[in-house]
Amino acid sequence: MRCGGVLCVAALAATVLAISADGARAQKKYDPGATDTDIKIGNIMPYSGPASGYGVIGMTEQAYFRKINAEGGINGRKVTFLSYDDGYNPARAVEQARKLVESDEVLLIFNPLGTPSNSALQKYLNDKKVPQLFVASGAARWNDPKHFPWTMGWQPSYQSEARIYADYLLKEKPNGKIAVLYQNDDFGKDYLKGLKDGLGAKASSMIVAEDSYETSEPTIDDHVVRLKESGADVFVSITTPKFAAQAIKRRAEIDWKPLQIIANVSASVGAVMLPAGFENAQGVLSAAFAKDGADPQWDDDPGMKKFLDFLRKYDPGGNRLDAATVYGYGAAQTLVQVLTQCGDDLTRENIMKQAANLKDFMPDTLLPGIKINTSPTDFAPIDQLQLMRFKGQKWELFGDIMSGKPGH
Amino acid sequence: MELFTNQILAGISTGAIYACMALAVVMIYQAIDHLNFAQGEMAMFSTFISWQLMQWGVPYWGAFILTLAFSFAGGIAIERLLFKPLAKAPILTNVAGFIALYAIINSVAGLIWDFTIKQYPTPFGSSPFLGSQLISTHQAGMIGVTLLMLLFLYFFFQFTRVGLAMRAAASLPESARLVGINTSWMIALGWGMAAAIGSVAGMMIAPVVFLEPNMMLGVLIYGFAAAVLGGLTSPFGAVIGGFLVGIFENLAGTYIPGVGNELKLPIALALIITVLVVKPAGLFGRQIVKRV
Amino acid sequence: MSAVEDVVTEAPVVEAVPKRAMTLGAGTSLVVLALLVLVPVFAKNFIVFQMTMLLIYGLAVLALNILTGGSGQFSLGQSAFYAIGAYTSAILMEQYNVNYALTLPIAGVICFGAGFLFGQPALRLSGVYLALATFALATAMPQLLKLNFFEKWTGGVQGLVVTKPDAPFGLHLSQDAWLYYFTLAVVVAIYIFSVNLLRSRSGRAFMAIRDNEIAASAMGVDVALYKTLAFGVSAGITGVAGGLGAIAVQFVAPDSYTIQLAISLFLGMVVGGVGWLPGSIVGSAFIIFVPNIAEGVSKGLSGAVFGVLLFLVIFLVPHGARQVAVVSQQLLGKLRKM
Repeated sequence: MRCGGVLCVAALAATVLAISADGARAQKKYDPGATDTDIKIGNIMPYSGPASGYGVIGMTEQAYFRKINAEGGINGRKVTFLSYDDGYNPARAVEQARKLVESDEVLLIFNPLGTPSNSALQKYLNDKKVPQLFVASGAARWNDPKHFPWTMGWQPSYQSEARIYADYLLKEKPNGKIAVLYQNDDFGKDYLKGLKDGLGAKASSMIVAEDSYETSEPTIDDHVVRLKESGADVFVSITTPKFAAQAIKRRAEIDWKPLQIIANVSASVGAVMLPAGFENAQGVLSAAFAKDGADPQWDDDPGMKKFLDFLRKYDPGGNRLDAATVYGYGAAQTLVQVLTQCGDDLTRENIMKQAANLKDFMPDTLLPGIKINTSPTDFAPIDQLQLMRFKGQKWELFGDIMSGKPGH
Repeated sequence: MELFTNQILAGISTGAIYACMALAVVMIYQAIDHLNFAQGEMAMFSTFISWQLMQWGVPYWGAFILTLAFSFAGGIAIERLLFKPLAKAPILTNVAGFIALYAIINSVAGLIWDFTIKQYPTPFGSSPFLGSQLISTHQAGMIGVTLLMLLFLYFFFQFTRVGLAMRAAASLPESARLVGINTSWMIALGWGMAAAIGSVAGMMIAPVVFLEPNMMLGVLIYGFAAAVLGGLTSPFGAVIGGFLVGIFENLAGTYIPGVGNELKLPIALALIITVLVVKPAGLFGRQIVKRV
Repeated sequence: MSAVEDVVTEAPVVEAVPKRAMTLGAGTSLVVLALLVLVPVFAKNFIVFQMTMLLIYGLAVLALNILTGGSGQFSLGQSAFYAIGAYTSAILMEQYNVNYALTLPIAGVICFGAGFLFGQPALRLSGVYLALATFALATAMPQLLKLNFFEKWTGGVQGLVVTKPDAPFGLHLSQDAWLYYFTLAVVVAIYIFSVNLLRSRSGRAFMAIRDNEIAASAMGVDVALYKTLAFGVSAGITGVAGGLGAIAVQFVAPDSYTIQLAISLFLGMVVGGVGWLPGSIVGSAFIIFVPNIAEGVSKGLSGAVFGVLLFLVIFLVPHGARQVAVVSQQLLGKLRKM
């Protein structure tokens, strides 16, 4: 058929335009670490040293990316996950980060763990314009897009969580006398600040005792004794798992029955409540953003089923009772979402753009109702938590999903 | 006043932990004239073994005895295999060996049993002791066991031939060899006993601090401090030292305003150094006379 | 039941290194120096950074060598002086805008003072007791740095970020390369100073004290002065290393300066050869690279692999790298004769 006239030219032109536009859309853009077939992701975890318990997060993420690769990769690209040990030492973290960025040429640094290590990395990575994405730490400083546009946190910040407790206390125990036990490091101090900020003007009148401890202390039993002396009826334990268990056990032993609030990092049934003794832990309060692998109430939950399936197939050594395993899965899933959203534009700039563009994303392991939302001014993906009370042998969630944003 | 007595009692109950560990430290010092940094890790590993035995169904006291035997043998094995070859090396090289042993044991324990804390049973129960809420029956039991071990060590060193031979080998190896004492095996025996005592310490401490690979880190530092305070040559001093450190630290934390709480360990260590400057051999240690 | 210590028959706490064998020969030294100077020309920035850290830790091990190998005082507390030096540099640079190069001598002097002061009560202690005292100092330092009282200078647990200097006079060098050459110059200067110190009268006094303290004092050596002097010098050099470390890593925080660092430096000294100054760099290489190798072998067991490798080293060469150097020197001598 002879193609004649304007119509034909128009059709031809349209086709050419369509093809070239498609071509423009399909134009791939890569930064170091990304190719047609491969995405290199860097990670830094404490596999040795005092915080080695958290190394499980890195190992879970490694297994998760194995699963992703087995299922075809992200947009057809396989993930190479390079995870190095920093022994929880900031100087070593800098060394490993430089190795990842300058020697291994990874596309981004994902879920590096530890506030001191990440503080050391923040300037370097921002100077080099490499994403420091989904930092595994609850410090408030990862949500500062104006000064550090390449750094983003993931979990609810310690201050958010503490503010939720403060809100609860102001409502339920406005005349309460609070005793605080906190770990003398960034984690403990950040929490304490959040608690005091949340209590506002009433902080100085409500908080009757404050005691700090070092992780080098074998036991915090004597701190608990001292805090009981203050006559408080609310006991806030800003402690990591081992010390939380000690605090619960000791508190029960000395027959002190305040309302006890423990930090989310220590709310693991298997790692804290069980060793502390279920009978001692009745009525303890905490908050959560993820499902507890030890809680049978999630056994039929579709998201949890996927997680357990993953453990069975790709991470048989992983412990479902360990909150770190659940955490690693959730964080990795969020990264995969970001990278999928990037499509073929795998530049570092686009990665940050997509990370700041998560709308109502719900990983399998977050509590129902808790959604990940980010924007160019909001670099805190998760800032919701739900309160829970320990009853029987597990946590009972109650109340609404609360947001830890100041002045909400 | 009540706060004061409460703090003293709380200090005694924590001090019992240090006293227990200090005994093991003194034991190894008697044998090799130096402190073994891996002592705590060996105790931790033994405690894990006993825990594992109990997981497999062995009753508490059975596991206890088995672990004691295993630790004793293990201590001897480590000495024969790893430290006998280093006997002629400089002492600093030996210290590096202790550090290497520490790294190995800690890492292996972490791999086998992971880092989540585990509950560890106590044969003494956890109810208040004599009505006091500050000292539980377990802690009283721990103090009792420590005193028993102390008595045992006292009799061993003062009244048995082997004990005497060990002391001779440690203080004057040349002369000891001349009278027929096999100094090399005395060292091995010392290691074995230290490991066994350490395992008891671990099994007593675990119910309080919870079992995990890093549980002995803080305890060992305090154990050293207590042993040095009491006198490295005196098991009795080690136990007293442990209680003193526990009490002092607690009082410092309560009564020194501001920094007392944040500087507990440095203050405790500063106390010990002050004592050493005044009494270089510790409170109950034998005075060493240097003869050229 | 003798409580008497026969000092003559007892094995020395620290092995004596003869003065002759304190350093490398002139030829070997120049070759090593030339190699070090050429590194940035061929290596990527990251490698240059690692080499800078190598030199910095080597400097700290050198300081420990002077203290332990030179004057026989056992110290597990060097991390405390390293921390003081690091924080001094960081605070001066960030809060008071002092030029980075100036902060180093200031850090050195402050640490010298700290070391000298610490040496005073340490005079009465030796062997395990001194080890415990220095250990106490090392564990106290991170806690002191976290104190609320000092927070407005130290940044508390959050630490301080330090700005890396650019190459001066518009030289076409990357920041890493410039810092490397600067560090190299400082290290070489201090190395020469240390060698001369140990060969001088003070050095001989140190070694006399190390070998037999009682005899030394009987011969008129002012034991108290020289022991505290050794502590001071060693602390001062460690402080300079700490300052350089702060600039290289661009960050200081209490958790960077724990007892782990002190133990690492100690291991570096042993592996390099106690008292053998050139061994400091071998020891430093060991503590920087072997943990990475161990991690490469097995992430879960990296501590165990490191321990095994350490054991291998001390079994094969109980006297450290110096033993290797001595043996190769002997071999070379034999070869020359043939």
